[in-house]
Amino acid sequence: MSALWIALIVLALAAGGYVLGRKRALASVGGNTRHLHSLPSYYGANVAMMAAVPALILLVIWLILQPMVLNRMVAPMIGSVAAGEAGEMSLVMSDVRRVADGLDAAVDQGVLSGAEARDMQSDSTDVRATLSNVGVALGSDVTAETLSAAQRYRALSSTGSLLMTVVVLAVALAGAITATLRTHRDFRARNVVEHGMRVLLIGAACFAILTTLGIVLSLIFNTVKFFNLYPASDYFFGLTWSPSFGGGSSLGILPLLWGTLYISVIALAVAVPIGLFAAIYLSEYATPRIRAFAKPMLEVLAGIPTIVYGLFALLTVGPLLVSVFGEGGFAGVGWMQGGTAVMTAGLVMGIMLIPFVSSLSDDIINAVPQTMRDGSLGLGATKSETVRQVVLPAALPGIVGAILLAASRAIGETMIVVLGAGAAAKLSLNPFEAMTTVTAKIVSQLTGDADFSSPEALVAFALGMTLFVITLGLNIFALWIVRKYREQYE
Amino acid sequence: MNDMRQIERAVDMKQTKITARGVQVYYGDNHAIKDVSVEIADKTVTAFIGPSGCGKSTFLRCLNRMNDTISICRVEGDILIDNEDIYDPRVDPVQLRAKVGMVFQKPNPFPKSIYDNVAYGPKIHGLARNKAELDEIVEKALRRGAIWDEVKDRLNAPGTGLSGGQQQRLCIARAVATEPEVLLMDEPCSALDPIATAQVEELIDELRQSYSVVIVTHSMQQAARVSQKTAFFHLGNLVEYGETGEIFTNPEDPRTESYITGRIG
Amino acid sequence: MTDQTASQPSSKHGSLLAVDARTKKRNAAETRFKAYGIGALLIGLFFLVTLLTAIVSNGSTAFSQTYISLDVTLNAEKLDPNGTGDRDEIAKVTTLGYTQIIAEAVANTMAANEIESPLPAGALPLMVSASAAAQIRDTVLADPSLVGQTVTFNVLASSRVDGYLKGRVTRESLARDRNLGPPHLDIVDQMLDAGVVEKRWNLAFITGADASESRPEQAGIGVSMLGSFFMMLVVLFLSLPIGVAASIYLEEFAPQNKFTDFIEVNISNLAAVPSIVFGILGLAIFIQIMHLPQSAPLVGGLVLTLMTLPTIIISTRASLKSVPPSIRDAALGVGASKMQSVFHHVLPLAMPGILTGTIIGLAQALGETAPLLLIGMVGFIASNYPDGLASGFLDPNSAMPAQIYEWAKRADPAYYERAWGGIIVLLVFLMTMNIIAILLRRRFERRW
Repeated sequence: MSALWIALIVLALAAGGYVLGRKRALASVGGNTRHLHSLPSYYGANVAMMAAVPALILLVIWLILQPMVLNRMVAPMIGSVAAGEAGEMSLVMSDVRRVADGLDAAVDQGVLSGAEARDMQSDSTDVRATLSNVGVALGSDVTAETLSAAQRYRALSSTGSLLMTVVVLAVALAGAITATLRTHRDFRARNVVEHGMRVLLIGAACFAILTTLGIVLSLIFNTVKFFNLYPASDYFFGLTWSPSFGGGSSLGILPLLWGTLYISVIALAVAVPIGLFAAIYLSEYATPRIRAFAKPMLEVLAGIPTIVYGLFALLTVGPLLVSVFGEGGFAGVGWMQGGTAVMTAGLVMGIMLIPFVSSLSDDIINAVPQTMRDGSLGLGATKSETVRQVVLPAALPGIVGAILLAASRAIGETMIVVLGAGAAAKLSLNPFEAMTTVTAKIVSQLTGDADFSSPEALVAFALGMTLFVITLGLNIFALWIVRKYREQYE
Repeated sequence: MNDMRQIERAVDMKQTKITARGVQVYYGDNHAIKDVSVEIADKTVTAFIGPSGCGKSTFLRCLNRMNDTISICRVEGDILIDNEDIYDPRVDPVQLRAKVGMVFQKPNPFPKSIYDNVAYGPKIHGLARNKAELDEIVEKALRRGAIWDEVKDRLNAPGTGLSGGQQQRLCIARAVATEPEVLLMDEPCSALDPIATAQVEELIDELRQSYSVVIVTHSMQQAARVSQKTAFFHLGNLVEYGETGEIFTNPEDPRTESYITGRIG
Repeated sequence: MTDQTASQPSSKHGSLLAVDARTKKRNAAETRFKAYGIGALLIGLFFLVTLLTAIVSNGSTAFSQTYISLDVTLNAEKLDPNGTGDRDEIAKVTTLGYTQIIAEAVANTMAANEIESPLPAGALPLMVSASAAAQIRDTVLADPSLVGQTVTFNVLASSRVDGYLKGRVTRESLARDRNLGPPHLDIVDQMLDAGVVEKRWNLAFITGADASESRPEQAGIGVSMLGSFFMMLVVLFLSLPIGVAASIYLEEFAPQNKFTDFIEVNISNLAAVPSIVFGILGLAIFIQIMHLPQSAPLVGGLVLTLMTLPTIIISTRASLKSVPPSIRDAALGVGASKMQSVFHHVLPLAMPGILTGTIIGLAQALGETAPLLLIGMVGFIASNYPDGLASGFLDPNSAMPAQIYEWAKRADPAYYERAWGGIIVLLVFLMTMNIIAILLRRRFERRW
């Protein structure tokens, strides 16, 4: 029985439990609700909650754990194939699962009978051909070991699923029955239900912690694996980045960091002056009508997905820059070889960050009390003198915070650099040259059918870790500054 | 109540500094000031009193065109300072405000040092040719603001670190530093405690020697204590204007009397 | 004290009516400063306009497509040599077997319109999309009785011909092309005059599936749109309840302690973690550890849920906070429990704000690409419509932004037009969502 059906049955049980619990509560006071401790619906809700919540939580945990446990149990069967390499092990295991899925599909479509699937031998039948008939393509022929492992996997997983069905439904029933039995006029149903809800609320709030934990653990775990295969000092101080999946790669992060920083600096050089001046104009000079028009217009830029900016960089800005700075371009300098370059990505990223800088600065400038402006204007200062000498110095910490947040955005931005910056890691000063960034390399090392245990793939996790630490540091620092600033005027 | 004090204080005939004729102020559709005409004398403290929302602050802010900063505000009529129409298109509000200084309800020192707070006005108006001159201006202004002795040892400390009363006196010093001729004060003591209020009031009395001071206050006692002339505003109208002693002891208009005796307001 | 008469302006300040030199200078500085502000704003708006112009001018052509109407003689000797009329028998002829039929059809159509061809007959079908064979075969299989008749088909022109009609391909650019040459274009010109070739509204782009690299004229965004749709379902049904529950706890119930602080710090930091890091999380946890299927909208949805949660929590808390405490007090005052006061009064009042925040969060998730790259939603050719709910969630699919990225990476420039067109579709969705959010806010906004 599929998990979806189990969940539906549990929910049906809960619905039935609701009706039952409500009825039983009413019966216990002969229909006079005033003698009940809580409203009748709470008694129903109590039964429904007891039936559904533990059972569904169990279901989810089971679904997560079952494949992991099955892997553990089946893995020893193919131990001889690839005892040494953890990576090959995972490849073989994914083959096993594929074959098992294929057998399932074959049985579903009636190509094989259940018994045939169970007893099939790889030397007597062409498993690959059979499975490709039902739409499961395999990369290579199936070895005897893989097939028997797959068959065992199938058997275990069907046992597991059966067990899951039984246990989950049993838990749901048990919950419903205990709760129904406890339903009585003096039972404090509301308190129990509210307590339960509170626990659920706390659980939801803990998702944030779980997510962070998930990020940190998945990064650390794989980064440690990477450093076991590749020396950390070469990673942190290496000046060349040239991965080759055959081995013997140099995986120095410095060229990537350089590209990231270079692009971010250009982006900020575009976004900060434009965003800041736009914010000053909007908050200090613009009439309400201009503000009502221009502010949302700028924010449209913020709502545009980064893939659009990436395409804009690749197909519009890049060729445009080449026509100016490229070989035989307007400027006649011939600095630019191709459309993808630090300048392209930086410029487009700058455009993306304009609304980010301007709306943050706008908030911060508006937080400077009006009395401060009045004081300056009352002394006969012009508006610009007021802005430059009173408002901006007062808003400075907040604006620095906003710029740091923008910097963290720029460093973590992916699509624009993947499409606009190029793929070659270089330590160069020429902004018209193609360079690459940390994020772009995370993408290129982890896409495709890479072997997840090679240093070339694992390095992506180390890069992710580096990126996470840098942006986290920037964010915490920036948020701290902004908060300090806000407290000053509250 | 020392109502006796102001009676002794005879008002000489002084030069007229500010003349307002038929001033109307609108906030969008709201008619905030209705046909106010008033003459304000030089070297005098003039108090604007009235219940809150009566337009006294609005009128005060017309006198140095601070209302220009509010886009929906519209002013009609003539306001003349030294016989020059300040709403003349040739008048630059920046120059006007150097001549007509203003002190606000809440002390609003800039987030700068005490020295820079006071030096700000002279700097932007180019009143000092060098550092020594600027130092002199700052010291003079702080002395006039009656705060020199308290801050002379910590001129580089931030102005926001002072107490409320000190901050307000700093703001007065800041306003005085640009050498204005008229000083507008918008309820300068409303955010201060009684002791600080007394100090500021004393200062206002001294400032009368050099400036034409216009003060908006919601406190009748304060008006009685510091001013020579009083104008009573009610619902945007100037109800009564005259010698402070007269207004408080023998008001002509029944509305003034009601306000002074506490029946409206 | 100087003695002044009213008629003499003060010596200290001079007449107000004359602007002194210093003030003039200061006013000039003021004008300059204001000009910088206007300039910055205009530059920002200029970028917006440039971006939108680039999108519309490059992408709008994707919504029309060139078709050739061919009179195809379904030669019975080739398609059904035994004359059985049996569907299974006809199905034995693969699409390859139709190439000759198409070549004849092109030649016939040209002859019928008196178009001279300098080219050998074998080079003519290159003007027709490779998808034509499959199209004709499918029609024949659906109705075997057509065999032997002459039927008029509207088949896709090849992407080069399409590009020629749209101005992307010129005779010069074809000079070194392997597939099509300038002579083909002469024929196309004549066919155009004869009304055989025609540019038409291309619904297939919006509803269709992706095609292989060699057939850009056939590629559509429909399947990946469904992929995005299923992802959004996951995001909506997970992030809304979890986000609202978490916000209610933090805003209404959480005690002031270290644990609550820790949760809050986590949320504000997660909101600023680069999206690619969420992709790494998805890859490591959902695919490597939990063995969920790669490229599945379910996994994409889970990753985007985790990414959207902080946004939803932040906006939900803001709208919960905007409900005045007096409402809570009133409910508690008549004897409601805390939980009842929240669920009966605060939550319904905050609902418009919560929905607005959720829609904006969903719009963000819809446009997000980077995490999807890592869980394998790129590089996959989304050529099959999912059949049914389970398949929609679990079968490999692409998503709109991932599909756009995929097209942008392909070598054939004809795919760029598709990518821009895909962006228009994506932006239409985002715009609709944002407009709904704005209307919702306008309609239900409450001032306390």
